[in-house]
Amino acid sequence: MSRRVALEASHAVAEAVRMAGVDVVAAYPITPQTHIPERLAEMVANGELDAAYIPVESEHSAMSACLGASAVGARTFTTTAGQGLELMHEVVYVASSMRYPVVMAICNRALSAPISVWADHSDVMAVRDTSWIQVFCQNNQEAFDMTLWAFRVGEDPEVLFPVMVHLDGFTLSHVTEPLFLPEQSEVDEFLPEFSYRLALNPDRPTTHGALGFPSIYTETKVAQEVAFRKSKGKVIQGWQEFGDSFGRCYLPVEPYKAEGAEVLLLTMGSLGETAKMAIDMKRSNGEPVGLINLRLWRPFPFEELRQAVRGASTLVVFDRCISFGGPGGPVCSEIRSALYDEEARPRVAGLVGALGGRDMSVRDFEFVIDRGREIAEKGSDEIFELVGVRGEVSGIRG
Amino acid sequence: MAERRLKAAEELTWRDLEVGNVITDAGNACLRRTGDWRAEKPVIDKEKCNKCGLCWLYCPDGAIRALEDGYYEPDLFYCKGCGICAKVCPKEAVTMIEEEEV
Amino acid sequence: MQGEFIKFGKNLVSMKEYLAPGHNFCTGCGEALAIRLTCKALGENTIIAMATGCDEVCTTPLPVTSWRLPWLHTLFENAGAEISGAEAGLTTLMRKGKVPQRDIKFVAMAGDGGTSDIGLQSLSGAIERGHNFLYVCWDNEAYMNTGIQRSSATPYGASTTTAPAGKVSIGQKTRKKNMVEVCVAHGIPYAASACPSYPFDLMNKIRKGAEVKGPAYVHILSVCPTGWRSPSNLTIEIGRLAVETGVFPLYEVENGHYKLNVDRPKLKPAEEYLRVQGRFRHLSPSDMQEIQERVNVEYARLKSRVACS
Repeated sequence: MSRRVALEASHAVAEAVRMAGVDVVAAYPITPQTHIPERLAEMVANGELDAAYIPVESEHSAMSACLGASAVGARTFTTTAGQGLELMHEVVYVASSMRYPVVMAICNRALSAPISVWADHSDVMAVRDTSWIQVFCQNNQEAFDMTLWAFRVGEDPEVLFPVMVHLDGFTLSHVTEPLFLPEQSEVDEFLPEFSYRLALNPDRPTTHGALGFPSIYTETKVAQEVAFRKSKGKVIQGWQEFGDSFGRCYLPVEPYKAEGAEVLLLTMGSLGETAKMAIDMKRSNGEPVGLINLRLWRPFPFEELRQAVRGASTLVVFDRCISFGGPGGPVCSEIRSALYDEEARPRVAGLVGALGGRDMSVRDFEFVIDRGREIAEKGSDEIFELVGVRGEVSGIRG
Repeated sequence: MAERRLKAAEELTWRDLEVGNVITDAGNACLRRTGDWRAEKPVIDKEKCNKCGLCWLYCPDGAIRALEDGYYEPDLFYCKGCGICAKVCPKEAVTMIEEEEV
Repeated sequence: MQGEFIKFGKNLVSMKEYLAPGHNFCTGCGEALAIRLTCKALGENTIIAMATGCDEVCTTPLPVTSWRLPWLHTLFENAGAEISGAEAGLTTLMRKGKVPQRDIKFVAMAGDGGTSDIGLQSLSGAIERGHNFLYVCWDNEAYMNTGIQRSSATPYGASTTTAPAGKVSIGQKTRKKNMVEVCVAHGIPYAASACPSYPFDLMNKIRKGAEVKGPAYVHILSVCPTGWRSPSNLTIEIGRLAVETGVFPLYEVENGHYKLNVDRPKLKPAEEYLRVQGRFRHLSPSDMQEIQERVNVEYARLKSRVACS
C-alpha cells in the first residue's frame, strides 16, 4: 500500500537508493546535487541504509570507486552535476565499456565558463556518446521512480549498462512535491539482487580492463554498440514491469494532447511541465498543438519518435544547450537526423533557451510554439534562435 | 601445460568477446612463447650447482623450472635470455651462450 | 623444496606463479620480478586494482592475460579510488551476508607515474579514508611504458625524454619525491621501501603491509634496463648498489616508528651506482659530488629519524 509524502526531489532520489538496498555510495558534493549525498550520508549515519558511504576526494575518484565496487558485484550509486560530470568524463566511458551497471543521478547544471550552478543541459550533451542508458525526469515522482527502475534495468544480466537519471538542477532537484512511495516489500519484489557472474573473486580469477590493440578494438566497440541498442527493449520492458508493480507507466516518448496536433513541441526534463501549461492555454483557444516529452535519450527511441510526430505538420524542438558552431541545439539536430529519411515528416524548427538556469514561463513557451511555427513556415536567417536573449542576434550563420 | 589453444586477437569476432571484454581464462599468457625473444640462453652446470635456487628466485619471467631432484633448469619456452640467473649464481654454475640460428 | 614451497634458509617462497610467464615485460625487467615476488607473498586470496603502466600493458593484451589473480584495470590515476570501491563493496557484501565471509587482501598497484604524479590524489584519499588495503608502487623512476618520460620520481640528474640532458641542462632538475614520507605524513599505519634485489625483505614487507588493518604502502625500486640504459643482466646488482650507496635506503615506518632494514658502517660511493647506468652518463665529477652530498644529507636525516623512534 503506497503512501503519499512530500519530499524534495533530491531526497526522493535518496529514498529510492535506500529502498533499493544499495551497497556502495561513492559521491563528491557539488551544487546543486549536494542534497542527495547529504541525505544518503545521513541515512547511513542513522542506520537507515546499510551501505558503505565513501566520501571520495573528487568526482573522478567517485566514479572510479564505483567501478571497483561494481566489479566485485556490489549495487552501486553515485551522483553529480555539471563540472563534476566533466571531471569524471573519462571514467564515465569506462563504466559503460566495461559494462558496470552503476546508477548515477545527475542534477543537470550548466557548464563553465562562466561558472554557473544553475540548470541547463550542457552537462548532459557532453556525455551523449558515452553509452550510458539516459532518461529524463519531469517531477519528484519520476525522480524516485526512474532511480529505482534504473537498478533493475542496468543490472539485468542481458543489459549490464550503467544508467543516468537526469533531473534539472534546483528547478527540480530542490523542489518539494508530493509523491507516492511504495512499500519496501513491493520494491523487494520488483528489484532482484544484483548478481554479476564475472565479479572479481579469488575462486574464479578474471581479468577486467585489458589493453585493446588495433587488431581487436573495433570488435569490442561493435559488441558494445550491439548490446547497447538491444538494451532499449529491456528499458521498455522494465517500464512495463514498473507499471505492473507500481501503477505508473512510462514510455520512451510521451505525447501530451498530441492527438490531432498540427504543431508539436518537444522538450526534455522538468520544463516539459511548464510547456504543458502552454499547450493547455493554446488548446483552450482552439489551437491544435501538443507536446512530446522525450523521456529516453539513450539509446535513442527512433521508432517511437517517428511514430509520435507522424501526423504533425510542424515539430518545434526546444534545446537547453548550444552546440557551438554546429547545427544549434543537439536534440534538434538529432531529431532532424532521425526524421530525415521519413517519407512523411513534419518541418522541424529548433529554438534554444533556459541556459544557465534562465527561467522559462508559460508565456515563453507559447512564444516558442508560435515562433517555431513561423520559422518552420518561413525559415530564419539564423541556424537557430535563442529565447529571451537581450540584444538583437545575428551571426548564427553557416 | 594445459591443452588449450590461445586464439590470436585477429581470429576473434565481436561475438567471441565476453561482456565487458573480461578475460576468464586466467593466465593464458602461459601459452605464449617469449623464448623467441632471446639472443642468448642460460646453461646450468650441475657439477657446480649447489641447488640454492637463487636463479629460480631472481628470474623476472619465472622461466627457471625447479626439478624433482632439487636442481633447476631453464624453461626455454619462456626464457628471454636476460642473463640475470648467470649473474646471481653464487657458484658461477650458469653460463650464457649464444642462441643457435635456426 | 617442500611441497609447494622452496626453502631459502628460514624463508618459504611459494612456487605458484600468480604472474604467468609469457608476459611482455622487457628482458631483465626489475618490475616484472618485483610483481612476481609480490604476488607470491600475497597468495591467492587477493584482489588487485592496477593503474595503467608497464605493469598493466605488459600483462594484459586482449585476449591474453598473465594474471592468475582477480585483476582490475580502468585508468591511469585511480588505483587508489578503484581499490577503495572494491574494498568497501566486498566488505559490505560480506557484512550483509550476500557473499561468504573470507579474508581477502585488497591491493592497489601502480607505477611511479600513477602514484606520485597523476595518481597522488586518489592514493591520498584512499589512505585518509582508512580503507583496508595495500598500495604497491613499482618505481622505475619515469613513465617507462610510454617512452621514458620524466616523473616526479625521476632522480636528480637522470636523463629522460621530457627532461633530457643537453647542452644547457643536467636532465632532471628536481629531487625525487619521497612517497614513503608522503604516506607517513598521512599517519599511515605502515609504509616501507623495498627492492627485488632483497627478495625476502620485499616479500616480508608485502606480507606485513597486506596484514595491517587499514592502509599500507610499499614503494619498490624497479630497475629498468630499457629506461636506465643498463645491461639486462645487471638488474639485481644495480638494485643492490642503490641500497648499498644509500641512494635508495630500505626502511619501514610502523605507526611513525622508523626502522632501517639494511645498513652498513660505510656506504659505497653513489658514483658506483650512477656509473653503471646510461641515463647518468652525462654527469660530470662535480655533478656526482653534488649528488653524493645530497645522498649524505638525506641518509643522515633518515638515520636521525630512526634514532628518534
